Amino acid sequence: MLMKRIIPCLDVDKGRTVKGINFVGLRDAGDPVELAMKYRDSGADELMFLDITATHEKRKTVSALARKVSAVLDIPFTIGGGIRSLEDAAALLEAGADKISINSAAVKRPELIREIAERFGRQFVVLAVDARWEKEEWYVYLNGGRLRTETRLLDWVQEGEALGAGEIMLTSMDHDGTKQGFAIEQLRRVSQLCGIPLIASGGAGNAAHFLEVFREAGVDAALAAGIFHFGELSIPALKNYLIGEGVAIRPVNIEETWN
Amino acid sequence: MDIAIIDYPGGNIRSVDNALKRLGFHARLTADPAVLTSADKVLFPGVGAAGATMKHLRSTGLDKVICGLKQPVLGICVGMQVLCSWSEEDSVECLGVFPQQVQRFPDREGLKVPHMGWNQVGGKYGGEGAFAYYVHSYYAPFGEYTVASSVYGDRFSAVLEKDNFLACQFHPEKSGAWGASFLKKFLES
Repeated sequence: MLMKRIIPCLDVDKGRTVKGINFVGLRDAGDPVELAMKYRDSGADELMFLDITATHEKRKTVSALARKVSAVLDIPFTIGGGIRSLEDAAALLEAGADKISINSAAVKRPELIREIAERFGRQFVVLAVDARWEKEEWYVYLNGGRLRTETRLLDWVQEGEALGAGEIMLTSMDHDGTKQGFAIEQLRRVSQLCGIPLIASGGAGNAAHFLEVFREAGVDAALAAGIFHFGELSIPALKNYLIGEGVAIRPVNIEETWN
Repeated sequence: MDIAIIDYPGGNIRSVDNALKRLGFHARLTADPAVLTSADKVLFPGVGAAGATMKHLRSTGLDKVICGLKQPVLGICVGMQVLCSWSEEDSVECLGVFPQQVQRFPDREGLKVPHMGWNQVGGKYGGEGAFAYYVHSYYAPFGEYTVASSVYGDRFSAVLEKDNFLACQFHPEKSGAWGASFLKKFLES
């Protein structure tokens, strides 16, 4: 049986993790590699790195990050943030990233999805979408939710799948940062509409929110940042809770069996 | 020990090489038939499409080299699929080490394709704590040479084994501590 995935998301600027991170026993909270290993050891199923570097050196620093992470990490990871071309994607594949996520660049030029999928396989392409509810419809937003488009969410996810996206990561701008729970109705609609896996993002505030999103929205994975980083919810506690509720979850601390 | 990883475009060579390094093994990335033939162990990783992979293997003569290998060989993901006889992906004739076909997951309500994520492995290499990371849209059905399996819609081959050839559909290099133990068993066998 396929397990539901728990994915912590790390923001990275110039090769350093940013946003307050409060992890017991961490020597350097700014080191993405140390943090990645910490999450891996605590039972994360996959990691997402969102690169927010805004310099010309971006491609170099993000590739260096992928190379360092891939040398030590034995679970999959995705890198996203500012990937605009086939060359950007190629550099990250070569550096060892398992997947890349594309957002604004794909809305501006949808063919980018097809180009990357045809070259490196659709499993390599995560289509990240930010959406907000407006006048009885969800609309796609760009640039981290700052720029509204006329593209309707439900049209865009179907187009993205048809173009070759292997997975969709949907962030609700209405729920992101609220800690009031995931956008269940929105996620359920997209999950029913798409035949590719769906990652829920935005709104996680407690363990019950994860149970709700897996049960009610039928998503394949759930992503969160703040509640994991600040130690409000530990991944082992979350996973044990979900297992107790009957959700298919890969257990934490299974290493003992194999050593 | 002399370990070779078959180097070709579209392979996730770096991830597999990194996993070997973490286990303390050094591998050579090569497409040289002489080096492959003389290695103690050969790994044949792969991501991407069966059609493009087979085209490359044929044009370089690696198809015959791989089929003729006598030492332990481990095919991973697409590496496993092209070791079978035929793939529905691109409708392509494959290497035929395992006499079985590879097919696409059916279009079925609630069955998302690709099959992406962690799934439990049962059988020879499996057990209670055996969770492997999978990413694939095509699979080898449960067959004569299946020694381990997982369930996604139907039961499918997680591991195939025949003579000196071992092949896994999952990515051991991305399957945490269990994946590392699987690779270690192959390297130390």
